[in-house]
Amino acid sequence: MPTLTEKKRPAARAAGRPAPELIFGDLWEYDPAPETADPKLKARYDHFIGGRFTAPASGKYFDSINPANEAKLAELAHGSAADVDAAYAAARKAFDTTWGKMPGRERAKYIYRIARLLQDRAREFAVAETMDGGKAIKESRDFDVPMAAAHFFYHAGWADKLDYVAPGRKVAPLGVVGQVIPWNFPLLMLAWKLAPALAMGNTVVIKPAETTSITALKLAEIFQDAGLPPGVVNIVTGFGDTGAAIMTHPVAAKVAFTGSTEVGKIIMRSLAGTDKKMTLELGGKAANIVFDDAPIDQAVEGIVNGIFFNQGHVCCAGSRLLVHEPVAAEVLAKLKNRVKVLRIGDPLDKNTDIGAINSKEQLGTIERLVATGVKEGATMFQPACKLPGKGYYFRPTIFSGVSMSHRIAREEIFGPVLSVLTFRTLEEAVEKANNTAYGLSAGVWTDKGSRILKMSTELKAGVVWANTYNKFDPASPFGGYKESGFGREGGRQGLLDYCKLA
Amino acid sequence: MFNEIGTVDQVGIEERVAKYTTRSIKKGAKLFGLKLAASMVDLTTLEGKDTPGKVASLCQKALSPSDDPEVPTVAAVCVYPSMVRHARRALGEDTPVRIASVATAFPSGQAPLRTRLAEVKAAVGDGADEIDMVINRGAFLAGEFQLVQDEVAAVVEACGEATLKVILEVSELETYDNIRAASFLAMRVLRPNDFIKTSTGKTTLNATLGNNQVMLEAIRDFYLDTGTPIAMKPAGGIRTAKQALQFLIAVKETLGDEWLNNTRYRFGASSLLNDLLRQIAKERTGAYQAPYYFSEAAESY
Repeated sequence: MPTLTEKKRPAARAAGRPAPELIFGDLWEYDPAPETADPKLKARYDHFIGGRFTAPASGKYFDSINPANEAKLAELAHGSAADVDAAYAAARKAFDTTWGKMPGRERAKYIYRIARLLQDRAREFAVAETMDGGKAIKESRDFDVPMAAAHFFYHAGWADKLDYVAPGRKVAPLGVVGQVIPWNFPLLMLAWKLAPALAMGNTVVIKPAETTSITALKLAEIFQDAGLPPGVVNIVTGFGDTGAAIMTHPVAAKVAFTGSTEVGKIIMRSLAGTDKKMTLELGGKAANIVFDDAPIDQAVEGIVNGIFFNQGHVCCAGSRLLVHEPVAAEVLAKLKNRVKVLRIGDPLDKNTDIGAINSKEQLGTIERLVATGVKEGATMFQPACKLPGKGYYFRPTIFSGVSMSHRIAREEIFGPVLSVLTFRTLEEAVEKANNTAYGLSAGVWTDKGSRILKMSTELKAGVVWANTYNKFDPASPFGGYKESGFGREGGRQGLLDYCKLA
Repeated sequence: MFNEIGTVDQVGIEERVAKYTTRSIKKGAKLFGLKLAASMVDLTTLEGKDTPGKVASLCQKALSPSDDPEVPTVAAVCVYPSMVRHARRALGEDTPVRIASVATAFPSGQAPLRTRLAEVKAAVGDGADEIDMVINRGAFLAGEFQLVQDEVAAVVEACGEATLKVILEVSELETYDNIRAASFLAMRVLRPNDFIKTSTGKTTLNATLGNNQVMLEAIRDFYLDTGTPIAMKPAGGIRTAKQALQFLIAVKETLGDEWLNNTRYRFGASSLLNDLLRQIAKERTGAYQAPYYFSEAAESY
């Protein structure tokens, strides 16, 4: 009679029989299920300055490409220093005449209105976001757009309660704020940056990334519909030179940047000697740490969510998996089985789990770093899935046998590439997790509460998720340690970065 | 026991199964899924008021669920032991529809083991192809795992050729950790293609995507470890075609193609069948048919 303690090990199988495997084949293939809502795109988008769509001073435009099929979506204005000057002038005027003087409870009404109008047009925005950036529609539909609206709602709630942001102190807006945001969460980053600035009474000049500017300009339509006073938000599109002009403009009282550490350092240098306030949210190389007592299947789910969410284009992606040696083989085997059922392809298909890489340049970067990983001797695993013929796609990739000296364990790849390392003791896990120039986020998977608390104090990371990953909330401050930047976004702490304390 | 098989995180697994509900199954894939689900139904009547006549009408429905020749027969009918011989008479010997019988003092299991085993043997003797037993939940919650497993092993022996389905009664086990542990207890004494089953359908909470997933993952881990494939049957609470498709998506993405058949996966249900038929007709004709176009034969749990 079998007993509880007698666990049938694989060795108990009849000799010579192949190891059992699961077959994830095409017996029941899902038919295409494209999202069909109309994204209502215009053929050409101008800057949004002083409440009106304004043609660029230079008259130049550039193309915005759909990375899923390389088709042209729209033309965007190429911003120059003259456009940025005009934007700052409009923002300054709005700050001095309307927005800066308006009571918080009045500002709140506008911000609420923006949030509601965004919710009304959620499906349209989700489709536009997916076409513009390549992310899977289920993510733009279930995460980006609702979360963007949530940020406006949350900060609208603060606008008339600013006396309580810093108890015992008085707060005042800074003035005009210059902001530059990245391409990985175009609409969400926009909301994330605008909402606290507006709630506090600042006016804004913002530049979305050149590959993903469309939803920002669609949101400008909502600003018009909401009756937002002209000049409160000004959007200038363009490339790095446009961004530099925004960051270094003399009118800016504060600048905020989210993007790569490399560019962050350049901006910081250029601001040296000025009295501008600044917050940076930069790169990451987060450790996702799985202990042997973790619920393994849910940890695997969290690992997948940590690194393959948004094609890995996430600054807080769990790109380094640290597994406790006793369960390393089990976790890796389960991870491979899980990755086999991920669906890669047309981002507009509602069943797609992993969409298109944002741009050709980014695809090249990922390919280069993955080639380095192979060359340096790490073992690569990719599922055998078909990729669309046109567009920028990359298979989810898992590197095992990685050590801390591999480039793929040190550099931010910003793609669907996971490096698996192992550890033996808690101290080793902490040491490896902290052995990086970054410190944005980390994950801990264990059944033991005391271990979670210990890890959360020892890990040098702005966010430590326990038994989950990539959880965001407007009320929760987000930001980094070390070269992942400084300042916080979201929550009370985020608001404090947009005000003067008196 | 719990250390050895690992734990389940409730929040995590419920997030996982929520993703199944966002899958969008269209056109050909939908039709395939609906027919597959219809072929997996264990058409069930388990009521005190069951009569040979009710069972006979259930059997007829099982053999010809609809006028559409494309619709397969269901997998089995599921009845009380006293009704097995009536079901056998109605279906005949040479039939694609199997006869399943709940036994072992269903649904409580609160009878001496001797009595429970005698019930199993009687049902098999009357012509049951499959036996649905309940585990001793009292013993499980009291930590007497060995007793639970020994009883399952004894029923396996009493079944002879008949397929065994082990009902864990998940709502009485309460936690996902317990459901996983009970799955392993049962699987370690089962034969290939014997089933583990969620519930009796007689309690308030029955099959959910969450406990279905816990059991599918237990089956997967056990199969990859030992090579023994165990089958799965969620029962109770699955009333709509949409739900059934979500359960099948969980099977496809957890266990793969080899479990997408009625040897390895079943639905314990009765009202589900007509909703499946209605959806199949809708896919074929493009319009929903009135409910009276579909014969009623089995309104039970």
